[in-house]
Amino acid sequence: MTTPVTDWVSDFDHTDPRWTENPYPIWDELRAASPVVHTDRFLGVYMPTTYEAVKAIAYDTEHFSSRRIIVRNSRPPITQTAPPITSDPPEHKPAKQLLLPPFTPDATRKLEPRVREICNELIDQFIDEPRVDAAARYTKHIPVRAIAHMLGIPEADGDLFIKWIHEILELGIKDEETMMRAVNEMAVYFVGHIEARKQRPTDDLISTLMNARDAGGQPLSDMHVLGSLRLLLIAGIDTTWSAIGASLWHLAKTPADRARLIAEPELMPTAVEEFLRAYSPVTMAREVIKDTTVTGCPIKPDNMVLLSFPAANRDPAMFPDADKVLIDRKENRHAAFGLGIHRCVGSNLARMEMTVAIEEWLKRIPDFRLDPAGRVTWSEGTVRGPRQLPLLLGAAQ
Amino acid sequence: MAGKLKIHVDPDKCQGHSRCKSLAPELFELDDYGYAHAIGDGVVPEGLEDKAWLAKSNCPELAIDITED
Repeated sequence: MTTPVTDWVSDFDHTDPRWTENPYPIWDELRAASPVVHTDRFLGVYMPTTYEAVKAIAYDTEHFSSRRIIVRNSRPPITQTAPPITSDPPEHKPAKQLLLPPFTPDATRKLEPRVREICNELIDQFIDEPRVDAAARYTKHIPVRAIAHMLGIPEADGDLFIKWIHEILELGIKDEETMMRAVNEMAVYFVGHIEARKQRPTDDLISTLMNARDAGGQPLSDMHVLGSLRLLLIAGIDTTWSAIGASLWHLAKTPADRARLIAEPELMPTAVEEFLRAYSPVTMAREVIKDTTVTGCPIKPDNMVLLSFPAANRDPAMFPDADKVLIDRKENRHAAFGLGIHRCVGSNLARMEMTVAIEEWLKRIPDFRLDPAGRVTWSEGTVRGPRQLPLLLGAAQ
Repeated sequence: MAGKLKIHVDPDKCQGHSRCKSLAPELFELDDYGYAHAIGDGVVPEGLEDKAWLAKSNCPELAIDITED
């Protein structure tokens, strides 16, 4: 077992339960100490703590590789990639170009009616109950069903996807065997779907990828298609689950913002951006491949970098009142979807899902609050969001 | 009276966040990959100046320039 952290600045651990529960004061402490801090845990990890330092690393693909994008206890040989998120230049651009057209704002808007239906089907199941775990019964299911719909795989397989993602992103930080088993199960699942489409093509995203041509005009290898499907499934689900959950958590404990969003629905776009900034779910990683300095701090190879976009988004040097959630914040250059070439390919889809999920919830459940008899729990590590969100529905008695 | 504003999106900096398009659809459009560019010659019609500045101040990649003719 790992030892508890006693000095965050020299020995931080992003899987410590205190970090998982409430990381913001820890990040403030780290940021006050240095723009880049280091821990010997996880075989050596740097963490940029300011927006400036996070941005500098995100833009620097010469010294920082994306071949490893999760900080784990071990660094096994890389066998299964997920292009383009695990790609560096020059391989990155052609792999990313293939995925961009299905995820433009116009393309994702076509999915919006189905996402509204999904939200209402879920709400129908618990609206008559006085209390509900909104993470388990609402926020969890929206992204998984939406991405299944896009990929053309059964929405009913959602629980299986959520299990794999939990094993890869959370348990996998410390348990390599569980992670590899999940990765292999997922590969077998998708190979089946790829083979089926060789016999009978469909008009979904899996077939789109299978029909795509690379820069040289050649079809993608099955391994490339598989890698990109792995990425879309892993990256598209608990990220948005977390973002929707954190938004509802905020609204449950902030009646003034709830009332204002209902009275002024035109504030929804700025509110969604502010929820993305204040409760950014995704922390990525890089592997240092060459000596360099970042904001004056020396950086050595063989270390990982915990690239905390969430911490960057709480930097008061970049965002006035960084610790306040202001749903009408006008200027908001947040980095929730990353900065530079690895900007999240699904950002437009995530925004649409968040907007629709909050809108449909507020339409049908304008009054709700945290259940004092329950406990809100958060996922640890790479993606942070509520995994239990016990709410009382209806006006307070 | 001040001259007209003109917007320019740097294609090397734009990463397709599409914040400009959602804040100022009258001024920006996206290509098939989601990368942004100014509509037409980039001259901001009268009355849309605030939207131009709003788009610029929300671009995470600092890809938008506004010049005054």
